[in-house]
Amino acid sequence: MMSASHSSMVNPMSSNPYGLKEGEVSTGTTILAMPFDGGVMLGADTRTSMGSYATSRSTDKITFLSDHIFCLRSGSAADTQAISDIVKHYLSHLTIETGREPLVKTAAHLMKNIVYSNKDSLSAGVIIAGWDPVEGGQVFNVVQGGSCLKQSFALGGSGSLFIYGLMDSEFKEGMTQDEARALVKKAISHAMARDGSSGGMVRTMTVTAEGNKRDVTPGNELPFGPVF
Amino acid sequence: MWGMNHHHRSSAPADPKSHTTRPIVTGASVLGVKYNGGVMLAADTLLSYGSMAKTMNASRLMEIDQTLIGASGEYSDFQAIQEMLEAKSLQMQSGLLQEREGDEPPMTARSMWNYLRVVMYHRRNKMNPLWNSVVVAGKDGATGEFFLGNVDRLGTTVEDNIMATGFGAYMGVPLLREKWRPDMDEGEARALLEDCMKVLYYRDCRAASRIQLAKVSADGVLISEPYELETSWAGSTDYIPLNTPLALP
Repeated sequence: MMSASHSSMVNPMSSNPYGLKEGEVSTGTTILAMPFDGGVMLGADTRTSMGSYATSRSTDKITFLSDHIFCLRSGSAADTQAISDIVKHYLSHLTIETGREPLVKTAAHLMKNIVYSNKDSLSAGVIIAGWDPVEGGQVFNVVQGGSCLKQSFALGGSGSLFIYGLMDSEFKEGMTQDEARALVKKAISHAMARDGSSGGMVRTMTVTAEGNKRDVTPGNELPFGPVF
Repeated sequence: MWGMNHHHRSSAPADPKSHTTRPIVTGASVLGVKYNGGVMLAADTLLSYGSMAKTMNASRLMEIDQTLIGASGEYSDFQAIQEMLEAKSLQMQSGLLQEREGDEPPMTARSMWNYLRVVMYHRRNKMNPLWNSVVVAGKDGATGEFFLGNVDRLGTTVEDNIMATGFGAYMGVPLLREKWRPDMDEGEARALLEDCMKVLYYRDCRAASRIQLAKVSADGVLISEPYELETSWAGSTDYIPLNTPLALP
């Protein structure tokens, strides 16, 4: 059934960049993932907003898909939570059937299939990031509409617009874990300083072959902000 | 008749009329509270451009003739209101409109509030509003009492001991109502306003942590320099999300 009033062909510069329906909660947000030497670094802000009300200031947008694969969610909170649950379910089945860990590109592909085939009803911009034994650390950006792009670093959410220049300028291949974490925190802090739909704290997740590590930086200890 | 020099506006090239149909550059909440000895306002220094934080050095609290005004909403309309009130004050001072004695300002806070009501309602009737909610605070004439009131873009007026615009009306007013007492001193008033501004910073996506305070007391008007609020993230960092498999120490 086609909804006449809703389309995923939404205008990112409008006041409703994700084409959210009235009352729908958005993770209007800043999300960022980049590989480093030995794994991937994921980062996100912690604000969930409904219009200009912050419904949550300590949200966790870093969502488990499998032991070494996580996704970062932007767009509709409901849509992205539902899709992530489905992909997590698929991946757990695959793990049992194949007897080995799923590949990051498999997770990205599954996510892309759902977003693409429901492109008119979903508001979801998701970054799939993880590590697998075949290709190591990888990052895939599944943008609204369902394009799946393998990238050297992935940005998403409303706040990402403000940090394309910063990331283009400062990203380099083969960073260390500490360099990657510092850059992720810095970039997300800059985005939070300018984007009203992003805010709160910065959560990071480090995914390596050995395991995963969470980190959280409170809102009064950010490396940058507020603006001048 | 055509050919005669009437100099009617309608025969001149049409001016591009500007109507504020929606706000573009906006300020968030303004809060106000009367205390024992004066009245105090608070506002953050952020101007937003839609959801973008455009500048953090805007002053949304202004003094005109010993009365404070603060506004949320469209910033260009607030600047127009400032100019209009300053012009009105000069016009009244020149003595054309009234005989006055001494150093009393031409408008008390209450009369400035009423003048704004007239202006805002008039604009509303022309479907070209000044898109602001203006808080007026100051001395209420010779009585020594203090005044705190609000005028919105429809021309609605309210007068009370506590005042808040924007999101502050939803999230600040309950806190102000809970804590307000007529015998609050300046320090308590400041603490109460800061507490409300912190809550707004956490929960209003268009609010910021750099704020300004302004007060009117027997000593006159004072507008503070902007300063940062201390924010608390206790409890939020303790939240341990459920799904962290293979967690490394």
